[in-house]
Amino acid sequence: MILTLAFRNLFHDRIRLAVTLIGILFSIVLVAVQLGLYLGSSRMITANIDHANADLWVTAYGAKSFEDGGLLLTDRERHQALATPGIKSVVPILVSFAEWRKPEGGSTRVVVIGSDFDDNGLVPWSLSEGTLEDIQAPDAIAVDKSYLNELGISGIGDTAQAAAGRVKVRALTEGVRSFTQSPYVYTTLNRARQLFGADADRTTFFLVKLAPGADAAQVKADLSSRLETAEVLSTEEFRDRSLKQWLFRTGAGIALIGGALLGSLVGTVIVAQTLYSSTKDHIHEFATLRALGSSAGYIHKVILAQAGLSAVIGYLLGMSIALVILYLSKGSALPLVMTPGLAFWLFALTVAMCAISALSAIMKVTKIDPATVFSR
Amino acid sequence: MTTTPVLVAENVVKELGSGAGLVIALKGVSLELVPGELTLLMGPSGSGKTTLLSILGCIMAPTSGTLTIAGQQIAGLGPEELAKIRRDHIGFIFQSYNLFPTLNAIENVRIALDVRGITGFAATSRAEEVLRDVGLGHRLTNYPGNLSGGEQQRVAVARAIASSPDIVLADEPTAALDSENGHAVMALLSRIAKEQQRSVLAVTHDPRTLGYADRVVRIEDGKIVGEERRPEGLNAPEITDLTKRRKIHA
Repeated sequence: MILTLAFRNLFHDRIRLAVTLIGILFSIVLVAVQLGLYLGSSRMITANIDHANADLWVTAYGAKSFEDGGLLLTDRERHQALATPGIKSVVPILVSFAEWRKPEGGSTRVVVIGSDFDDNGLVPWSLSEGTLEDIQAPDAIAVDKSYLNELGISGIGDTAQAAAGRVKVRALTEGVRSFTQSPYVYTTLNRARQLFGADADRTTFFLVKLAPGADAAQVKADLSSRLETAEVLSTEEFRDRSLKQWLFRTGAGIALIGGALLGSLVGTVIVAQTLYSSTKDHIHEFATLRALGSSAGYIHKVILAQAGLSAVIGYLLGMSIALVILYLSKGSALPLVMTPGLAFWLFALTVAMCAISALSAIMKVTKIDPATVFSR
Repeated sequence: MTTTPVLVAENVVKELGSGAGLVIALKGVSLELVPGELTLLMGPSGSGKTTLLSILGCIMAPTSGTLTIAGQQIAGLGPEELAKIRRDHIGFIFQSYNLFPTLNAIENVRIALDVRGITGFAATSRAEEVLRDVGLGHRLTNYPGNLSGGEQQRVAVARAIASSPDIVLADEPTAALDSENGHAVMALLSRIAKEQQRSVLAVTHDPRTLGYADRVVRIEDGKIVGEERRPEGLNAPEITDLTKRRKIHA
């Protein structure tokens, strides 16, 4: 009967129910979009790090992110790394911002990533057209389909200039987007060095693969002591550092999290207001229940059931809209991401939001004087 | 015949308000309710009827005096313990019925069972049984809005007796009803008292109810001023004015 009464109380006043549900719905959509953007941004920021085949990263001292390495490492550091016990391979990759000159005029900024794919360091993923062999041809590059317009090209076979050299599009990726909005341009390590006029041993990062059974912490410590001019980071540390740089030092992540918090707050206030007024409207019924001998807990359960029902209905509606927005954002520069984990946490947040909202109603109902049943 | 009282109130005093606004609503009221009797509590407005009903129903605590229900003293009990006494021993009927407008007749009765932990099929079949018993077998799924005043009050009666309480307390049960429905409800309360051996106490100033009473207790200015009892062997509604009969308290 608790659920029945809660359900009937909710649906008795359809307009108030609609207001409650719209409140929850907007809250869920806002939080889902903000957290979806946060998650999408995080994935974009760490995509190259996550796809690289590395246990440890050797970076220039103070490198703040994947795009911030410079061309400061040389073969000296590589040899020192290779001489460290427990290390199986050390693969150089070059990452640097460059100016991209469009064939029809104008320019934009890109991030050139040079890597020898045979070394199995960082290989472009999600290739939709062309192959890895195609990218190893002279002047060959791979870019993401979604940036073709921005790069002023139409697809495979088009040429442009990156940094100091001509490049030709030989392969296209799909869904490999850049948080900085500077498209990634994948090419071979040597071609990348040529584009930047860098010495043949210059590189940005070394991707370190450990020998089977090696103690990662020990190897990291040994390597750090050998490389005075570089930093050694675990993949997790490098991910965190990149996320911190782009999400928090730039304020983007704080804005997204702030939006999510604001959404939760607005939702909580709206639900609290409607639950409170619903409880006030049904106060005589609750007083009757109390007079009939119900425990305070029984009445609290009715209110919490009302809050729970609002949460479930509001969540389903909100998530439906959020999923539509998610679908529509697929082709955008900053696609939203929804994971089962995020969906679960959003549900937990909705339930928590509604439970907190129920507090004001519970406080109201706790003060019920059952004697009021005689005064109607 | 001697019957053990199910409710005993002794020297109950109730003060309302404080300071200059202090009102002594009850000034040492003593009352017993025994099973099988329909007692009417009558008195003018402001005489303390509803206050006394609230105290006897464990809704309000007395300022002093004692109240014993089914052998249990209620002095010093907290709100939850008083609620338990109400659950276990008392059924209420209200002047305005106090039905839940969003629940149908059977659900209105079921909820009174639900708060007592009686759920599922047992609750449904008991609710049906009492609704049929009060003559509403054909109105089980009707909502209060679709029931007449008399029918709503009968649902309220069914709700009050569904859990078989020892005591049924009714606050002006006929005040909102026309003559026919008023008589029907009083006949029902009388039958409940007799057939189910409940103690029924109805607060009223409706003279139409007198004929159904086994006992009439009169209250004025917070004090019991008289009590009349129907003579043995006289069946309702044969008597219509008990005020002319034996007075126990002056």
